[in-house]
Amino acid sequence: MNFSTQGSAQVSCRCRRGLNVAGIDWRLFSCFCLLSVGSLFVGADTLVLDDLADPLSDSWLTLTASRLPRLAALLLAGVGLAVCGVILQHIVRNRFVEPATSGGLDGAKLGILVSLTLLPGVGRFGQMMFAVVFCLIASLVYVAVIRRIRFSNTALVPVIGLMYGSVLSAVAEFYAYQNNILQSMQGWLLGDFSKVVQGHYELMYLILPVVVLTYLYAHRFTVLGMGEEVAGSLGLRYAATASVGLFLVAMTVSITVITVGGVYFVGLVIPNLVAMRYGDNLKNTLPVVALGGASLLLICDIVGRLMLYPFEVPIGLTAGGLGGCVFLLIILRGGARG
Amino acid sequence: MISVENLCKEYADKTVLASANAAFPVGCITSLIGPNGAGKSTLLMMMAGLIKPVSGSVFFDGVPVGDIPVADYARKVATLRQSPGFNLRLKVHELVAFGRFPYSKGALSAHDRQVIDDSIAFLSLEHLRNAFIDELSGGQRQMAFLAMTIAQQTPVLLLDEPLNNLDMKHAVQIMQALRRLCDEQGRTVILVIHDINFAANYSDHIVALKSGAIHFNGPVYDAVTETLLSDLYELDFEIINSKRGRVCDYFTPVLENENEVDG
Repeated sequence: MNFSTQGSAQVSCRCRRGLNVAGIDWRLFSCFCLLSVGSLFVGADTLVLDDLADPLSDSWLTLTASRLPRLAALLLAGVGLAVCGVILQHIVRNRFVEPATSGGLDGAKLGILVSLTLLPGVGRFGQMMFAVVFCLIASLVYVAVIRRIRFSNTALVPVIGLMYGSVLSAVAEFYAYQNNILQSMQGWLLGDFSKVVQGHYELMYLILPVVVLTYLYAHRFTVLGMGEEVAGSLGLRYAATASVGLFLVAMTVSITVITVGGVYFVGLVIPNLVAMRYGDNLKNTLPVVALGGASLLLICDIVGRLMLYPFEVPIGLTAGGLGGCVFLLIILRGGARG
Repeated sequence: MISVENLCKEYADKTVLASANAAFPVGCITSLIGPNGAGKSTLLMMMAGLIKPVSGSVFFDGVPVGDIPVADYARKVATLRQSPGFNLRLKVHELVAFGRFPYSKGALSAHDRQVIDDSIAFLSLEHLRNAFIDELSGGQRQMAFLAMTIAQQTPVLLLDEPLNNLDMKHAVQIMQALRRLCDEQGRTVILVIHDINFAANYSDHIVALKSGAIHFNGPVYDAVTETLLSDLYELDFEIINSKRGRVCDYFTPVLENENEVDG
């Protein structure tokens, strides 16, 4: 008897929240679909629907060579960055941490610079490997530092990360200045999807296996978030799992920085919003986080494309602005607890 | 089942525990008591495998714990610590489900779900099943964590000050639950506890520590005596036997007595 009432309570709860089987709110999902379609039709060239049937038309070319690749890159970057944020937050056990506030992003930039000067002909994949290594080392150092210091104030953790990132950035700039590549480096500082065309973004697909791996490791990452002692008591090898997590983060960050540049705040805002509503059980919330990240980037990109139409505002600016505002709201509402 | 031999732990040059030897009786509640800084929690954490000893070993069924893989040990010994830094937003049933992590690594079987339901029912937490733990009171939260530890279904449970910051009602509920775990399911419970009256009334066995050494190790009946407790805590104790158990009264030291002894 007791069991059946419990079951019906759960069902009614599900209906009220509009959750479907995959744990994703249908409203969020339809919003995401609308944004995706919308993204295809925004840009300097108007797509003529009637022409799309003809594979030789201009509209068809715009769609396949520019709009679809851009959509794919946006989705992959959004999903990847939001998922990265959530992993980092569980490893560091602080809600204000994301790749941009833990030195990871700056580490990746430094890696690309070093590869550009030391091995100019190494190609995108080689650059990515450099970025991954530097990003991973930078994140490992950050985590090691954070673990050594016992903070009473949780806001200090990302502040230290920002300082640390600035130091790495300064090193990168000095290095770039010495090697006369300061100008080309400025290009990656701000995320920008306008350069994404067929043939120049395919590296982004490497984010897919990273996201799949994260999903498979979701329970382990949640246990990581419980702290080293609980993790140890539950039989999780803490250091090994944290390293896997940092590696997945380094991969995603490096790939995004190389292809589209630095995009801030996605990894911060989305996980916080999702946690407020759905909690922190990653097995359930990762799909929502991924969808949310993609949607946020889509919104930022569409806003950036429409703001100075037919010119574009780089997504680094719109994401920073929009994300920053949302984040301020979260803090003011007291949703982001320590 | 679980025992320690010549266990030592030092931090920098301070010895926290010096050559501790003890065997813990199976199917009993053992309370680790003693003043602050006596090494109780350190001993417990080394038994949990969460702190490495400087020398000596912890044995589980005769096997040194250092030789047992972490994932296997999590099916033998469950540990519950005070976790003030725990800031994950999980529902009670999700938290309890993580007690099955050592077995399922996340993919819950029908048996796992049954154990989760049983653990929640064991502590009568059904009404809180879908509540987020960060919205619970301290006592309810501690019960939820205990349910997770119970769901781990280990023969041995180690608890570090499970009654900290709890009101009397929740403290009694937790101790009664531990008593039932021993009596009904034959599990071994070892806990660090500061409230000597709870230790005296609920445990079978007492291990008393004082300044990094084991001061006493024996049945509760022999431990709860005025001389032993006065010596252990350096306080004036009076043991009052009542119909409902024994009460240790140390709240107001009798100064005249001390003067007489000194004189």
